[in-house]
Amino acid sequence: MSLEPAVDAQGLVRRFGDDAALDNVSLQVQPGELYGVIGPDGSGKTTLFRVLVTLLLPDEGSARVLGRDVVNDLWDLRARVGYMPGRFSLYPDLSVAENLGFFASLFNTTVAAARETIAPIWVQLEQFSARRAGALSGGMKQKLALCCALVHRPEILILDEPTTGVDAVSRREFWGLLRRLRDEGLPIVVSTPYMDEAGLCDRVSLMQDGKLLVTDRPAEIERRYPLPLFAVRGDNVLGLLGALRRFPHAASVWPFGESLHYTDARTDSEPGMIARELSQYVESAGFREASIQPIAAGIEDAFMWYMSQGQAA
Amino acid sequence: MKAFLGFVRKETLHLLRDRQTLAILLLLPLIQVLIFGFAVRTDVRKIPIAVVDPTPDIATLELRDRLAASERFHVVGVASSSQNLETQFRAGSIRQALVLPSEVERRLGRGDSLLIQLLTDGSDPNTGGIMQGYATAVIHRWYGDAAPAQDGLRIEPTSRLRYNPTLESSHLFVPGLVAFVLTIMSAMMTAISITREKETGTMEMLLVSPIRPAAIVVGKVIPYIVLGFSGVILVLIAARVVFQVPLRGSLTLLLAECGLYIITALALGIVISTKAPTQRTAMIFALAGLMMPTMLLSGFIFPLDSLPGWLQAISFMVPARWFLVVVRGIMIKGAGLATLWQETLVLLGMTAFFLLVGSRKLAIRLS
Repeated sequence: MSLEPAVDAQGLVRRFGDDAALDNVSLQVQPGELYGVIGPDGSGKTTLFRVLVTLLLPDEGSARVLGRDVVNDLWDLRARVGYMPGRFSLYPDLSVAENLGFFASLFNTTVAAARETIAPIWVQLEQFSARRAGALSGGMKQKLALCCALVHRPEILILDEPTTGVDAVSRREFWGLLRRLRDEGLPIVVSTPYMDEAGLCDRVSLMQDGKLLVTDRPAEIERRYPLPLFAVRGDNVLGLLGALRRFPHAASVWPFGESLHYTDARTDSEPGMIARELSQYVESAGFREASIQPIAAGIEDAFMWYMSQGQAA
Repeated sequence: MKAFLGFVRKETLHLLRDRQTLAILLLLPLIQVLIFGFAVRTDVRKIPIAVVDPTPDIATLELRDRLAASERFHVVGVASSSQNLETQFRAGSIRQALVLPSEVERRLGRGDSLLIQLLTDGSDPNTGGIMQGYATAVIHRWYGDAAPAQDGLRIEPTSRLRYNPTLESSHLFVPGLVAFVLTIMSAMMTAISITREKETGTMEMLLVSPIRPAAIVVGKVIPYIVLGFSGVILVLIAARVVFQVPLRGSLTLLLAECGLYIITALALGIVISTKAPTQRTAMIFALAGLMMPTMLLSGFIFPLDSLPGWLQAISFMVPARWFLVVVRGIMIKGAGLATLWQETLVLLGMTAFFLLVGSRKLAIRLS
């Protein structure tokens, strides 16, 4: 395995009209790394990936994938990259086996030659091999697309929102497959709008408005959460949300499943003291049953924080 | 090569899976031959004609017999004066009237000049002209036989129509139909199938693969070339069996020219597909940009000579115009490459031009 980064992008800018879909994006993906790009719809993930797979020309900046320039080494690179576009892009009128065979032939190879690479996915797909791709479930479609992206045994996988619109079980299975491929040494760049998937990556970048806000290991991003955080539970979550947001020291309050995550703006106070102060406040506001506990920030807290700040940390 | 073959296989599968489109593509030419053959005839049969014969004699009876014997005419009545003709024309019960002078036989015997009036319903100028032609032909032949030679010497012009002596309109429309079928299949289906890949996002997958755009396009069109050829052969068989349209020239040359025209048309389809973002726009481009000119500006339906000058100038840019000359030449006149090389050269030039434009516009990236 070379020590050269699998992806090395420097100052990528891509404009559509007056909008900059990519605004000075730089990133490195190390060999054998599972790298996530997390961001809401329209944040520029797809544009970034399309530049990396040679589909779009950057207006400024440069990118090398597997040590090859995405503009000049176009054909060399295309034979080595496995790409899954964001939209289901297989032929619905062809069967599973026919789709796979077609993509193998596009890369001048055969399904048999890739048998070992695709084995973990093929096990799940095999029973549907005669079925038309259009008649597969969402999760199966994505597995087939992954299979097609792997069939030429690429040296890197670039997957644009592979789990969007897929049920929770299939998503977990899909990530299991990705981690397994990563363990075999394949570098993977994957984007997702789901923040809970960020924790499954080796490193993640948070993307918003064409910029990368923060890049780090998920645990590190959690650890770097700058302010005290509390989970607040109660009967009237909606009422609590309003009350907490009116609290003078509130930095942010977000609903989080059945609880609320409250971030205090003060860095100099001890968490226990803030918790006591908070519970007095909510009690006086009429919420008697509320429980307040200091917690460690999760990846989603961190992302909500960075996105509300809208700036690089 | 493997990639290319895989592509051809995939396109063939698409075509075979889409039974409906396949059926339409194969049946369309057949249905068109039958419709054009039976319904849209420009030759006329059983023209209702009235004869005004004030003094019937042997000569006029002979003329009336000849009219009645022809399947072109149906003699609806014989009157002694022309006073009712106007009403009959208005009512549509007659479309032609033949007004003879009196004492025809005596005049013929004396060698006097004979004034015969032929009235034709000209509300439809095309059929009007045709009806007039038929009637004049009958009268001339009758006159030639009935009038005695003067002083033993007479100049008698005999006119004969070459290649299509009975003026069968099917001889005219079959070559046009071949051009039409090939244009639709090759150009429109190519344009649609390329834009479909753009629309469904599969083009993105094809672009990131190492297959070259040229291989994509060639792989895509090969099944349609086969389909186009089947269409041509179906039309030719139907034309032969149902309408007895002759094939006087070489079948090999005809098929070779069809092959050339298929490539012309699909090159046009490629050009369209580089401009059209969706299947719908590709279809509209193909219909407006190809089908109408192929029908109207190629000489298929309307004679090119009757077009105004500027439209004639445009017609020179319509590939079907040149192809039609070639097909008519081979089928009806039995012409060979020796006489058709100019048209063939024009088609070759157009093909090269469209292929060049199309391949230059083929994107290797998204935009």
